[in-house]
Amino acid sequence: MTASRAFWPFVLRWGSVIGVLIIVEILVRYNILNQYVLPRPSEILGSLGRLVTEENVLGYFAITMLEVGVAAIGLIAIGIPFGIFLAYRHDFRHAWRDWIAGLAAAPVVLMYPLFLVVFGRGPMTITMIALVTGLPPVILNAMQGVNGTREVLLNVGRSFNLSSQQQFWKIVLPSALPQIFLGLRLGLIYTMITVVAVEYLITLGGLGQLVGELAERYDLAATYAAVCFVVGVSILFFVFLEWVERWLRLSA
Amino acid sequence: MTTTGRENVLTVSDVSKTFDTPEGPLHAVEGMSFTVQRGEFVSVIGPSGCGKSTLFSMIGGLEAATSGEVVIGNDRVSAPHPAISMVFQEESTFPWRTVSDNVAFPLEVAGVPKAERLQQADHFTRLVGLKGFEKRYPGELSGGMKQRVSIARALASEPKLLLMDEPFAALDEQTRLLLGDKVLQIQRDLEQTILLITHNITEAVQLSDRIVVMSYRPGRMKREIVIDLPRPRTSEIVSSDAFGRYVAMIWNDLREEATRGMQDAEGDA
Repeated sequence: MTASRAFWPFVLRWGSVIGVLIIVEILVRYNILNQYVLPRPSEILGSLGRLVTEENVLGYFAITMLEVGVAAIGLIAIGIPFGIFLAYRHDFRHAWRDWIAGLAAAPVVLMYPLFLVVFGRGPMTITMIALVTGLPPVILNAMQGVNGTREVLLNVGRSFNLSSQQQFWKIVLPSALPQIFLGLRLGLIYTMITVVAVEYLITLGGLGQLVGELAERYDLAATYAAVCFVVGVSILFFVFLEWVERWLRLSA
Repeated sequence: MTTTGRENVLTVSDVSKTFDTPEGPLHAVEGMSFTVQRGEFVSVIGPSGCGKSTLFSMIGGLEAATSGEVVIGNDRVSAPHPAISMVFQEESTFPWRTVSDNVAFPLEVAGVPKAERLQQADHFTRLVGLKGFEKRYPGELSGGMKQRVSIARALASEPKLLLMDEPFAALDEQTRLLLGDKVLQIQRDLEQTILLITHNITEAVQLSDRIVVMSYRPGRMKREIVIDLPRPRTSEIVSSDAFGRYVAMIWNDLREEATRGMQDAEGDA
Protein backbone atom coordinates (compact mmCIF):
# COMPACT_ATOMS: atom_id res chain seq x y z
CA MET A 1 0.00 0.00 0.00
CA THR A 2 2.71 2.46 1.08
CA ALA A 3 4.92 1.42 -1.85
CA SER A 4 2.13 2.02 -4.37
CA ARG A 5 1.35 5.38 -2.70
CA ALA A 6 4.94 6.44 -3.25
CA PHE A 7 5.21 4.82 -6.70
CA TRP A 8 2.45 6.71 -8.54
CA PRO A 9 3.48 10.22 -7.49
CA PHE A 10 7.04 9.27 -8.53
CA VAL A 11 5.84 8.09 -11.95
CA LEU A 12 3.63 11.15 -12.33
CA ARG A 13 6.41 13.55 -11.29
CA TRP A 14 9.00 12.28 -13.76
CA GLY A 15 6.49 11.07 -16.35
CA SER A 16 5.01 14.59 -16.72
CA VAL A 17 8.47 16.11 -17.23
CA ILE A 18 9.48 13.46 -19.77
CA GLY A 19 6.08 13.80 -21.47
CA VAL A 20 6.47 17.58 -21.88
CA LEU A 21 10.02 17.14 -23.23
CA ILE A 22 8.83 14.58 -25.79
CA ILE A 23 5.98 16.86 -26.92
CA VAL A 24 8.37 19.84 -27.28
CA GLU A 25 10.86 17.60 -29.15
CA ILE A 26 8.15 16.61 -31.65
CA LEU A 27 6.85 20.19 -32.03
CA VAL A 28 10.35 21.51 -32.76
CA ARG A 29 11.28 18.62 -35.10
CA TYR A 30 8.16 19.27 -37.19
CA ASN A 31 8.81 23.07 -37.17
CA ILE A 32 5.60 23.82 -35.25
CA LEU A 33 7.87 25.55 -32.73
CA ASN A 34 10.69 27.66 -34.13
CA GLN A 35 14.03 25.92 -33.51
CA TYR A 36 15.81 29.30 -33.60
CA VAL A 37 13.82 30.31 -30.50
CA LEU A 38 13.62 26.95 -28.75
CA PRO A 39 16.13 24.20 -29.53
CA ARG A 40 15.19 20.52 -29.31
CA PRO A 41 15.29 19.15 -25.73
CA SER A 42 17.62 16.39 -26.95
CA GLU A 43 19.98 19.08 -28.22
CA ILE A 44 19.79 20.91 -24.89
CA LEU A 45 20.55 17.71 -22.98
CA GLY A 46 23.44 17.04 -25.35
CA SER A 47 24.88 20.47 -24.55
CA LEU A 48 25.08 19.75 -20.83
CA GLY A 49 28.35 17.87 -21.31
CA ARG A 50 29.73 20.73 -23.39
CA LEU A 51 28.93 23.14 -20.55
CA VAL A 52 31.25 21.16 -18.30
CA THR A 53 34.08 20.55 -20.75
CA GLU A 54 34.12 23.79 -22.76
CA GLU A 55 32.30 26.45 -20.77
CA ASN A 56 33.65 25.76 -17.26
CA VAL A 57 30.11 25.61 -15.86
CA LEU A 58 31.42 24.22 -12.57
CA GLY A 59 33.62 27.27 -12.06
CA TYR A 60 30.66 29.62 -12.68
CA PHE A 61 28.53 27.39 -10.46
CA ALA A 62 31.08 27.69 -7.63
CA ILE A 63 30.95 31.50 -7.84
CA THR A 64 27.12 31.54 -7.80
CA MET A 65 27.02 29.08 -4.92
CA LEU A 66 29.53 31.15 -2.97
CA GLU A 67 27.36 34.24 -3.38
CA VAL A 68 24.17 32.34 -2.56
CA GLY A 69 25.93 30.65 0.36
CA VAL A 70 27.12 33.92 1.90
CA ALA A 71 23.64 35.43 1.44
CA ALA A 72 22.11 32.25 2.96
CA ILE A 73 24.34 32.57 6.01
CA GLY A 74 23.12 36.16 6.30
CA LEU A 75 19.49 35.01 6.02
CA ILE A 76 19.99 32.47 8.79
CA ALA A 77 22.16 34.64 11.03
CA ILE A 78 20.14 37.85 10.65
CA GLY A 79 16.67 36.89 9.41
CA ILE A 80 15.74 34.10 11.85
CA PRO A 81 16.97 35.79 15.07
CA PHE A 82 15.42 39.08 13.97
CA GLY A 83 12.08 37.37 13.25
CA ILE A 84 12.18 35.70 16.67
CA PHE A 85 13.03 39.03 18.29
CA LEU A 86 10.01 40.65 16.61
CA ALA A 87 7.81 37.77 17.74
CA TYR A 88 8.69 38.43 21.36
CA ARG A 89 8.68 42.24 21.13
CA HIS A 90 5.15 43.39 20.47
CA ASP A 91 6.13 47.08 20.13
CA PHE A 92 8.84 46.51 17.51
CA ARG A 93 6.65 44.01 15.68
CA HIS A 94 3.81 46.51 15.29
CA ALA A 95 6.21 49.26 14.32
CA TRP A 96 8.11 47.34 11.64
CA ARG A 97 6.01 44.44 10.37
CA ASP A 98 4.33 46.43 7.61
CA TRP A 99 7.62 47.92 6.42
CA ILE A 100 9.16 44.46 6.16
CA ALA A 101 6.10 43.15 4.30
CA GLY A 102 6.41 46.14 1.96
CA LEU A 103 10.07 45.36 1.36
CA ALA A 104 9.09 41.78 0.47
CA ALA A 105 6.93 43.13 -2.35
CA ALA A 106 9.49 45.70 -3.57
CA PRO A 107 11.54 44.99 -6.74
CA VAL A 108 14.85 45.40 -4.90
CA VAL A 109 16.77 44.01 -7.87
CA LEU A 110 16.00 47.20 -9.80
CA MET A 111 18.02 49.11 -7.24
CA TYR A 112 21.22 47.42 -8.39
CA PRO A 113 22.81 50.71 -9.52
CA LEU A 114 22.58 52.00 -5.95
CA PHE A 115 24.20 48.82 -4.62
CA LEU A 116 26.93 49.14 -7.28
CA VAL A 117 27.71 52.63 -6.01
CA VAL A 118 27.77 51.52 -2.37
CA PHE A 119 29.54 48.13 -2.65
CA GLY A 120 31.40 48.43 -5.99
CA ARG A 121 31.28 46.15 -9.02
CA GLY A 122 31.98 42.86 -7.30
CA PRO A 123 30.47 39.80 -5.63
CA MET A 124 29.66 41.86 -2.53
CA THR A 125 27.05 43.85 -4.47
CA ILE A 126 25.38 40.68 -5.74
CA THR A 127 25.41 39.10 -2.28
CA MET A 128 23.98 42.21 -0.60
CA ILE A 129 21.13 42.64 -3.13
CA ALA A 130 20.31 38.94 -2.75
CA LEU A 131 20.39 39.21 1.04
CA VAL A 132 18.07 42.23 1.13
CA THR A 133 15.69 40.46 -1.27
CA GLY A 134 15.68 37.22 0.72
CA LEU A 135 15.40 38.66 4.24
CA PRO A 136 11.72 39.73 4.41
CA PRO A 137 10.13 36.27 3.97
CA VAL A 138 12.62 34.77 6.44
CA ILE A 139 11.90 37.44 9.06
CA LEU A 140 8.12 37.37 8.60
CA ASN A 141 7.84 33.59 8.69
CA ALA A 142 10.14 33.22 11.70
CA MET A 143 7.98 35.79 13.49
CA GLN A 144 4.74 34.07 12.53
CA GLY A 145 6.12 30.64 13.41
CA VAL A 146 7.01 31.70 16.94
CA ASN A 147 3.78 33.66 17.46
CA GLY A 148 1.80 30.74 16.09
CA THR A 149 2.94 28.31 18.77
CA ARG A 150 -0.26 26.83 20.20
CA GLU A 151 -1.12 28.19 23.63
CA VAL A 152 -1.88 24.72 24.95
CA LEU A 153 1.68 23.54 24.13
CA LEU A 154 3.09 26.51 26.03
CA ASN A 155 0.79 25.61 28.93
CA VAL A 156 2.11 22.04 28.88
CA GLY A 157 5.61 23.48 29.22
CA ARG A 158 4.53 25.78 32.02
CA SER A 159 2.76 22.93 33.79
CA PHE A 160 6.08 21.06 33.87
CA ASN A 161 7.84 24.16 35.23
CA LEU A 162 10.04 24.71 32.18
CA SER A 163 12.36 27.70 32.36
CA SER A 164 11.88 30.28 29.61
CA GLN A 165 14.99 28.93 27.87
CA GLN A 166 13.69 25.34 28.01
CA GLN A 167 10.30 26.58 26.84
CA PHE A 168 11.97 28.15 23.80
CA TRP A 169 14.29 25.29 22.84
CA LYS A 170 11.95 22.40 23.61
CA ILE A 171 8.57 23.81 22.57
CA VAL A 172 8.57 27.15 20.74
CA LEU A 173 11.42 26.45 18.32
CA PRO A 174 10.41 22.92 17.23
CA SER A 175 6.81 24.08 16.90
CA ALA A 176 7.90 27.06 14.76
CA LEU A 177 10.42 25.13 12.64
CA PRO A 178 8.09 24.27 9.72
CA GLN A 179 7.16 27.94 9.30
CA ILE A 180 10.78 29.06 9.78
CA PHE A 181 11.88 26.65 7.06
CA LEU A 182 9.04 27.80 4.81
CA GLY A 183 10.44 31.32 5.15
CA LEU A 184 13.97 30.10 4.61
CA ARG A 185 12.95 28.24 1.45
CA LEU A 186 11.17 31.33 0.11
CA GLY A 187 14.11 33.54 1.09
CA LEU A 188 16.58 31.22 -0.64
CA ILE A 189 14.43 31.09 -3.77
CA TYR A 190 14.46 34.91 -3.89
CA THR A 191 18.19 34.91 -3.14
CA MET A 192 19.00 32.39 -5.86
CA ILE A 193 16.87 34.20 -8.47
CA THR A 194 18.38 37.56 -7.51
CA VAL A 195 21.97 36.31 -7.61
CA VAL A 196 21.56 34.83 -11.09
CA ALA A 197 19.58 37.85 -12.31
CA VAL A 198 22.13 40.40 -11.07
CA GLU A 199 25.04 38.32 -12.44
CA TYR A 200 23.22 38.41 -15.76
CA LEU A 201 22.46 42.15 -15.53
CA ILE A 202 25.97 43.31 -14.66
CA THR A 203 27.72 40.40 -16.44
CA LEU A 204 29.73 39.57 -13.39
CA GLY A 205 30.36 36.28 -11.68
CA GLY A 206 28.61 32.97 -12.01
CA LEU A 207 25.83 31.17 -13.81
CA GLY A 208 23.97 34.39 -14.68
CA GLN A 209 27.00 35.69 -16.53
CA LEU A 210 27.41 32.33 -18.30
CA VAL A 211 23.76 32.39 -19.44
CA GLY A 212 24.25 35.96 -20.68
CA GLU A 213 27.44 35.14 -22.59
CA LEU A 214 25.91 32.04 -24.21
CA ALA A 215 22.83 34.05 -25.22
CA GLU A 216 25.03 36.74 -26.76
CA ARG A 217 26.83 34.07 -28.76
CA TYR A 218 23.40 32.80 -29.77
CA ASP A 219 24.33 29.33 -28.53
CA LEU A 220 20.73 28.59 -27.65
CA ALA A 221 21.14 24.92 -26.76
CA ALA A 222 23.90 25.73 -24.27
CA THR A 223 21.92 28.73 -22.94
CA TYR A 224 18.93 26.53 -22.15
CA ALA A 225 21.23 23.85 -20.79
CA ALA A 226 22.73 26.43 -18.40
CA VAL A 227 19.23 27.48 -17.31
CA CYS A 228 18.36 23.79 -16.72
CA PHE A 229 21.55 23.49 -14.69
CA VAL A 230 20.42 26.40 -12.46
CA VAL A 231 16.98 24.76 -12.01
CA GLY A 232 18.61 21.42 -11.14
CA VAL A 233 20.87 23.06 -8.57
CA SER A 234 17.85 24.80 -7.01
CA ILE A 235 15.96 21.52 -6.70
CA LEU A 236 18.92 19.79 -5.02
CA PHE A 237 19.29 22.75 -2.70
CA PHE A 238 15.70 22.52 -1.50
CA VAL A 239 15.78 18.75 -1.11
CA PHE A 240 18.78 19.30 1.16
CA LEU A 241 16.85 21.96 3.14
CA GLU A 242 13.91 19.61 3.67
CA TRP A 243 16.29 17.00 4.99
CA VAL A 244 17.86 19.51 7.42
CA GLU A 245 14.39 20.57 8.63
CA ARG A 246 13.35 16.98 9.33
CA TRP A 247 16.61 16.29 11.14
CA LEU A 248 16.29 19.42 13.29
CA ARG A 249 12.70 18.64 14.29
CA LEU A 250 13.58 15.09 15.25
CA SER A 251 16.52 16.18 17.35
CA ALA A 252 14.48 18.85 19.23
CA MET B 1 -5.91 14.59 58.02
CA THR B 2 -9.66 14.40 57.55
CA THR B 3 -12.45 12.62 59.42
CA THR B 4 -12.10 9.73 56.95
CA GLY B 5 -8.49 9.37 58.07
CA ARG B 6 -7.19 10.13 54.60
CA GLU B 7 -4.74 12.91 53.87
CA ASN B 8 -5.99 15.97 52.01
CA VAL B 9 -3.94 16.17 48.83
CA LEU B 10 -5.63 19.34 47.60
CA THR B 11 -7.38 22.08 49.52
CA VAL B 12 -9.19 24.85 47.69
CA SER B 13 -10.14 27.58 50.21
CA ASP B 14 -12.50 30.40 49.35
CA VAL B 15 -10.95 30.90 45.92
CA SER B 16 -12.27 33.73 43.75
CA LYS B 17 -11.23 35.13 40.41
CA THR B 18 -12.29 38.45 38.92
CA PHE B 19 -11.30 39.64 35.45
CA ASP B 20 -11.22 43.28 34.46
CA THR B 21 -13.12 43.71 31.21
CA PRO B 22 -14.12 46.83 29.24
CA GLU B 23 -17.68 46.26 30.54
CA GLY B 24 -16.46 46.20 34.15
CA PRO B 25 -15.26 43.47 36.53
CA LEU B 26 -16.29 39.93 35.60
CA HIS B 27 -16.58 37.58 38.58
CA ALA B 28 -15.67 34.23 37.03
CA VAL B 29 -15.27 32.21 40.23
CA GLU B 30 -16.44 33.19 43.71
CA GLY B 31 -15.68 31.60 47.06
CA MET B 32 -14.99 28.05 45.85
CA SER B 33 -13.94 25.71 48.65
CA PHE B 34 -13.46 21.94 48.56
CA THR B 35 -10.85 19.29 49.24
CA VAL B 36 -9.56 16.21 47.43
CA GLN B 37 -8.26 13.34 49.53
CA ARG B 38 -5.50 10.91 48.65
CA GLY B 39 -6.65 8.26 46.17
CA GLU B 40 -9.95 10.02 45.56
CA PHE B 41 -11.54 10.79 42.18
CA VAL B 42 -13.36 14.11 42.38
CA SER B 43 -15.13 15.87 39.54
CA VAL B 44 -16.09 19.52 39.29
CA ILE B 45 -19.09 19.93 37.03
CA GLY B 46 -20.89 23.00 35.83
CA PRO B 47 -22.50 24.55 32.75
CA SER B 48 -20.44 26.20 30.01
CA GLY B 49 -19.09 29.56 31.12
CA CYS B 50 -19.29 28.85 34.85
CA GLY B 51 -15.55 29.29 35.39
CA LYS B 52 -14.49 25.62 35.39
CA SER B 53 -11.47 26.24 33.19
CA THR B 54 -10.50 29.29 35.25
CA LEU B 55 -10.64 27.10 38.36
CA PHE B 56 -8.49 24.51 36.55
CA SER B 57 -5.90 27.18 35.71
CA MET B 58 -5.82 28.44 39.29
CA ILE B 59 -5.40 24.96 40.77
CA GLY B 60 -2.71 24.20 38.18
CA GLY B 61 -0.90 27.44 39.04
CA LEU B 62 -1.27 28.83 35.51
CA GLU B 63 -3.35 31.72 36.77
CA ALA B 64 -3.33 33.52 40.13
CA ALA B 65 -6.49 33.66 42.23
CA THR B 66 -7.83 37.11 43.06
CA SER B 67 -8.43 35.90 46.62
CA GLY B 68 -8.37 32.64 48.56
CA GLU B 69 -5.75 29.93 48.29
CA VAL B 70 -5.01 26.58 46.70
CA VAL B 71 -2.84 24.23 48.75
CA ILE B 72 -1.23 21.01 47.51
CA GLY B 73 0.16 18.93 50.37
CA ASN B 74 1.51 21.70 52.56
CA ASP B 75 2.48 24.10 49.74
CA ARG B 76 0.45 27.04 48.63
CA VAL B 77 0.13 27.00 44.84
CA SER B 78 1.34 30.25 43.29
CA ALA B 79 2.87 28.77 40.13
CA PRO B 80 2.77 25.33 38.46
CA HIS B 81 3.64 22.84 41.19
CA PRO B 82 5.64 19.64 40.54
CA ALA B 83 3.07 17.64 42.53
CA ILE B 84 0.33 18.52 40.02
CA SER B 85 0.24 17.23 36.45
CA MET B 86 -2.26 18.58 34.00
CA VAL B 87 -4.16 17.10 31.08
CA PHE B 88 -5.70 19.75 28.87
CA GLN B 89 -8.96 19.85 26.98
CA GLU B 90 -7.24 20.65 23.69
CA GLU B 91 -5.04 18.09 22.00
CA SER B 92 -1.62 18.83 23.48
CA THR B 93 0.85 16.21 22.31
CA PHE B 94 4.06 17.47 20.68
CA PRO B 95 3.69 16.55 16.99
CA TRP B 96 7.48 16.45 16.43
CA ARG B 97 8.02 13.80 19.14
CA THR B 98 7.18 10.12 19.04
CA VAL B 99 4.71 8.70 21.56
CA SER B 100 7.60 7.48 23.68
CA ASP B 101 9.40 10.85 23.57
CA ASN B 102 6.16 12.67 24.38
CA VAL B 103 5.59 10.51 27.44
CA ALA B 104 9.23 10.87 28.50
CA PHE B 105 9.08 14.67 28.22
CA PRO B 106 8.68 15.53 31.94
CA LEU B 107 11.45 13.07 32.79
CA GLU B 108 13.72 14.63 30.18
CA VAL B 109 13.07 18.07 31.65
CA ALA B 110 13.82 16.68 35.11
CA GLY B 111 17.20 15.42 33.82
CA VAL B 112 16.50 11.68 34.06
CA PRO B 113 19.08 9.75 31.95
CA LYS B 114 17.79 8.72 28.52
CA ALA B 115 17.73 4.95 29.03
CA GLU B 116 15.90 5.26 32.33
CA ARG B 117 13.35 7.76 31.08
CA LEU B 118 12.55 5.70 27.99
CA GLN B 119 12.05 2.65 30.19
CA GLN B 120 9.65 4.60 32.40
CA ALA B 121 7.93 6.06 29.34
CA ASP B 122 7.36 2.53 28.04
CA HIS B 123 5.77 1.60 31.36
CA PHE B 124 3.28 4.49 31.22
CA THR B 125 2.65 3.97 27.50
CA ARG B 126 1.67 0.36 28.27
CA LEU B 127 -0.46 1.55 31.18
CA VAL B 128 -2.64 3.68 28.88
CA GLY B 129 -2.90 0.81 26.39
CA LEU B 130 -0.60 2.14 23.68
CA LYS B 131 1.92 -0.69 23.62
CA GLY B 132 3.21 -1.07 20.07
CA PHE B 133 2.72 2.61 19.27
CA GLU B 134 5.86 3.88 21.03
CA LYS B 135 7.62 4.92 17.82
CA ARG B 136 4.57 6.46 16.16
CA TYR B 137 4.05 10.20 15.86
CA PRO B 138 0.86 11.90 17.13
CA GLY B 139 -0.17 12.63 13.54
CA GLU B 140 -0.56 8.87 13.05
CA LEU B 141 -2.91 8.43 16.05
CA SER B 142 -6.64 8.93 16.62
CA GLY B 143 -7.98 11.68 18.92
CA GLY B 144 -8.56 9.19 21.76
CA MET B 145 -5.04 7.79 21.44
CA LYS B 146 -3.54 11.27 21.51
CA GLN B 147 -5.39 12.04 24.74
CA ARG B 148 -4.05 8.78 26.19
CA VAL B 149 -0.54 9.97 25.30
CA SER B 150 -1.26 13.22 27.18
CA ILE B 151 -2.48 11.23 30.19
CA ALA B 152 0.61 8.99 30.11
CA ARG B 153 2.85 12.07 29.87
CA ALA B 154 1.09 13.62 32.87
CA LEU B 155 1.41 10.38 34.84
CA ALA B 156 5.11 10.00 33.98
CA SER B 157 6.03 12.78 36.38
CA GLU B 158 4.33 10.71 39.13
CA PRO B 159 2.19 13.58 40.42
CA LYS B 160 0.32 13.65 43.71
CA LEU B 161 -2.65 15.06 41.83
CA LEU B 162 -3.67 14.44 38.23
CA LEU B 163 -5.67 17.48 37.14
CA MET B 164 -7.76 17.02 33.99
CA ASP B 165 -9.74 19.67 32.15
CA GLU B 166 -12.44 18.02 30.02
CA PRO B 167 -9.88 15.69 28.46
CA PHE B 168 -12.50 13.73 26.49
CA ALA B 169 -14.55 16.72 25.32
CA ALA B 170 -13.50 16.38 21.69
CA LEU B 171 -14.14 12.62 21.53
CA ASP B 172 -17.22 10.66 20.49
CA GLU B 173 -19.41 9.11 23.20
CA GLN B 174 -18.22 5.50 22.73
CA THR B 175 -14.54 6.45 22.86
CA ARG B 176 -15.29 8.64 25.86
CA LEU B 177 -16.88 5.73 27.78
CA LEU B 178 -14.02 3.36 26.93
CA LEU B 179 -11.41 5.94 27.85
CA GLY B 180 -13.29 6.41 31.11
CA ASP B 181 -12.76 2.71 31.79
CA LYS B 182 -9.05 3.14 31.07
CA VAL B 183 -8.79 6.09 33.46
CA LEU B 184 -10.62 4.13 36.18
CA GLN B 185 -8.23 1.22 35.72
CA ILE B 186 -5.20 3.53 35.91
CA GLN B 187 -6.57 5.21 39.02
CA ARG B 188 -7.08 1.81 40.65
CA ASP B 189 -3.64 0.50 39.67
CA LEU B 190 -1.72 3.61 40.74
CA GLU B 191 -4.08 4.72 43.54
CA GLN B 192 -3.89 8.04 41.75
CA THR B 193 -5.66 11.10 43.12
CA ILE B 194 -7.58 12.74 40.29
CA LEU B 195 -9.51 15.98 39.92
CA LEU B 196 -11.58 16.12 36.75
CA ILE B 197 -13.15 19.31 35.42
CA THR B 198 -16.05 18.48 33.12
CA HIS B 199 -19.45 19.52 31.86
CA ASN B 200 -20.44 15.93 31.08
CA ILE B 201 -22.76 14.46 33.74
CA THR B 202 -22.43 10.83 32.59
CA GLU B 203 -18.65 11.04 32.61
CA ALA B 204 -18.60 12.62 36.07
CA VAL B 205 -20.89 9.97 37.60
CA GLN B 206 -19.10 7.10 35.83
CA LEU B 207 -15.71 8.10 37.20
CA SER B 208 -16.11 9.97 40.47
CA ASP B 209 -16.23 9.30 44.17
CA ARG B 210 -17.50 12.81 44.70
CA ILE B 211 -18.89 15.55 42.45
CA VAL B 212 -18.73 19.27 43.11
CA VAL B 213 -21.54 21.05 41.25
CA MET B 214 -20.88 24.68 40.25
CA SER B 215 -23.41 27.39 39.60
CA TYR B 216 -23.39 29.56 36.47
CA ARG B 217 -21.43 32.82 36.59
CA PRO B 218 -20.08 33.67 39.05
CA GLY B 219 -19.00 30.07 39.54
CA ARG B 220 -19.83 29.11 43.10
CA MET B 221 -20.10 25.69 44.72
CA LYS B 222 -23.77 24.77 44.51
CA ARG B 223 -23.68 21.26 45.91
CA GLU B 224 -21.35 18.37 46.69
CA ILE B 225 -22.60 14.88 45.90
CA VAL B 226 -20.99 11.64 47.07
CA ILE B 227 -21.32 8.96 44.39
CA ASP B 228 -21.99 5.77 46.24
CA LEU B 229 -21.61 3.33 43.36
CA PRO B 230 -19.60 0.12 43.74
CA ARG B 231 -15.93 -0.06 42.76
CA PRO B 232 -14.17 -1.33 40.73
CA ARG B 233 -16.34 0.32 38.12
CA THR B 234 -16.55 0.06 34.36
CA SER B 235 -18.69 1.79 31.78
CA GLU B 236 -21.30 -0.97 32.32
CA ILE B 237 -22.38 1.02 35.38
CA VAL B 238 -24.12 3.54 33.10
CA SER B 239 -27.02 1.12 32.58
CA SER B 240 -27.77 0.72 36.31
CA ASP B 241 -30.76 2.41 38.03
CA ALA B 242 -28.55 4.02 40.67
CA PHE B 243 -26.44 5.61 37.93
CA GLY B 244 -29.57 7.02 36.32
CA ARG B 245 -30.72 8.48 39.64
CA TYR B 246 -27.39 10.29 40.13
CA VAL B 247 -27.50 11.65 36.59
CA ALA B 248 -31.06 12.91 37.12
CA MET B 249 -30.13 14.48 40.46
CA ILE B 250 -27.19 16.37 38.96
CA TRP B 251 -29.17 17.40 35.90
CA ASN B 252 -31.82 18.88 38.22
CA ASP B 253 -29.09 21.01 39.78
CA LEU B 254 -27.52 21.96 36.49
CA ARG B 255 -30.63 22.60 34.39
CA GLU B 256 -31.39 25.92 36.04
CA GLU B 257 -27.73 27.01 35.76
CA ALA B 258 -27.41 25.88 32.14
CA THR B 259 -30.63 27.76 31.27
CA ARG B 260 -29.20 30.93 32.81
CA GLY B 261 -26.02 30.44 30.80
CA MET B 262 -27.98 29.96 27.59
CA GLN B 263 -30.10 33.07 28.24
CA ASP B 264 -26.91 35.04 28.87
CA ALA B 265 -25.41 33.81 25.60
CA GLU B 266 -28.59 34.68 23.67
CA GLY B 267 -28.62 38.13 25.30
CA ASP B 268 -24.99 38.68 24.20
CA ALA B 269 -25.83 37.62 20.66
